Amino acid sequence: MTTLPTPSSASDGETPAMIVQAIDIKKSFGSQEVLKGVSLEVRRGEVVVLIGPSGSGKTTFLRCINHFEKPNSGAVHVNGHLIGSKLDRNGERKDASAREVAGQRAEIGFVFQHFNLFPNRTAIENVMLGPMKVQKKSKEAARALAIEQLTKVGLSNKVDAYPAQLSGGQKQRVAIARSLAMNPALMLFDEPTSALDPEVIGEVLTVIRDLANEGMTMIIVSHEIGFAREVADRVAMFDDGQIVEIGLPQQVFDSPVQARTQAFLSKVL
Amino acid sequence: MLIGNLPFDTSFFWHELLRPSSAFLGGLWRTVYISVIAQILAVIIGLLVALARRSRIRLLRGVAGFYVWVLRGTPLLVQLVIVYDGLAASGLYRFQDMNLLGVTLLASVQAAIVTLALNESAYMSEIIRAGLTAVDAGQNEAALSVGMTPGQSMRHVIIPQAMRFVIPPLGNDFNAMMKSTSVLSVIGVPEMFLITQEISSSTFRTFEIFVDAALYYLALTTIWTFIQAWLEARIDRSWGFVPTQRSLLSTVRERFQDPRTLGLSRRT
Repeated sequence: MTTLPTPSSASDGETPAMIVQAIDIKKSFGSQEVLKGVSLEVRRGEVVVLIGPSGSGKTTFLRCINHFEKPNSGAVHVNGHLIGSKLDRNGERKDASAREVAGQRAEIGFVFQHFNLFPNRTAIENVMLGPMKVQKKSKEAARALAIEQLTKVGLSNKVDAYPAQLSGGQKQRVAIARSLAMNPALMLFDEPTSALDPEVIGEVLTVIRDLANEGMTMIIVSHEIGFAREVADRVAMFDDGQIVEIGLPQQVFDSPVQARTQAFLSKVL
Repeated sequence: MLIGNLPFDTSFFWHELLRPSSAFLGGLWRTVYISVIAQILAVIIGLLVALARRSRIRLLRGVAGFYVWVLRGTPLLVQLVIVYDGLAASGLYRFQDMNLLGVTLLASVQAAIVTLALNESAYMSEIIRAGLTAVDAGQNEAALSVGMTPGQSMRHVIIPQAMRFVIPPLGNDFNAMMKSTSVLSVIGVPEMFLITQEISSSTFRTFEIFVDAALYYLALTTIWTFIQAWLEARIDRSWGFVPTQRSLLSTVRERFQDPRTLGLSRRT
């Protein structure tokens, strides 16, 4: 039922199978260079898990993909759009307007470590807001869609609960439903279980696993190695602002080539 | 009854308190509606100034900062005289009595509302700015992540949440503003203070009538205290915080223990 916009509308000529193409992304905060040229391609339906020590640039890279951070150089294509930019008549790259960036972001779901639910809105209102205000759906249509999404994440009985009345795991599932309601072409997860109590991590991972089985394209920053091994099509190891190793989970986890990957895994496994 | 050597006319005191003259009631009514209209305008202007101070456009930030600097840095009394008498004397603008939906709005009342609204808007802009800043940055990102523009995020996500941080200091300011209306007497606004002065000079019952006036001001601020407590409880409920069952009396008692209610942290 997910109708994805065809990337043939792209003016950039990338292969349609690639939903994400990040090319040589560099990003500095002040004098600190956080990303030193990161490239990553993600196929439609693929799940890529980003691992690596904290401060290695995983989250910053994820935030560059939906333009929460503006890269200093490089290009991000998502679903045929050059994120944060537009090409003028002469093919010159220019900054996109806030409205254009918003339109690009509407196709990219983002799940935060700290959920960021709207605390003054019930679960269903959290999910309805995007479809109503961004997609201009009617209240009834948005409500039906929100109930569908909340049911999908197993919260049909918490529709009218406020975030303050939900557990961490339930909050994160509402946040996932909120992103899914926008019918995204890509989902980004920024350490979705890092702020959760151990006993509720499983319920969130189950939802993400179901999404993977449905063929949702996802990039997940995670420290859950066991989960990554199970759900990932590929694993990318970040260190010091670069991807130092990327491959199938069994390759990266069981026979890492890079010394830095070996050192990292020996600490977390 | 005698207090010291002063005769205290008890019957006059009670009569003016319980059955005030229509002139006094007129003054009371003006005090109320001038405060309410000025406060509403101040919230609207204050929001615009607060947004301007957060703008990406440097000129806008500068203008808004200048506005707040001047209006907070000069006395309300001086502002009043400039707006009402100064503008007229210089020939720039003269307030005229006007008829609004069958109600006559005195020139002095118009000048009072304008000046109070402008003065208060400077304070409101700072309160609203603090409220906007208090909303977690993650809320804005969550709004942007579902494809909202920064403007939509401000309108649908940030401003509604900032309300919760804005209401307590706003209530404190409104309390002070109702009392500040007494300075409107200098430009001849027939509000409660001016009417009290007139009654005082025609009856020489200065002590009695001003104690009456004080009690009426106290009643106004007390009623507002109740309204504010109700508003805050309502906002808390709309955030899903289950209110602990407590009596209105205990809510108000708690409020009176807050030094802000007594106006201790207030400008002059």
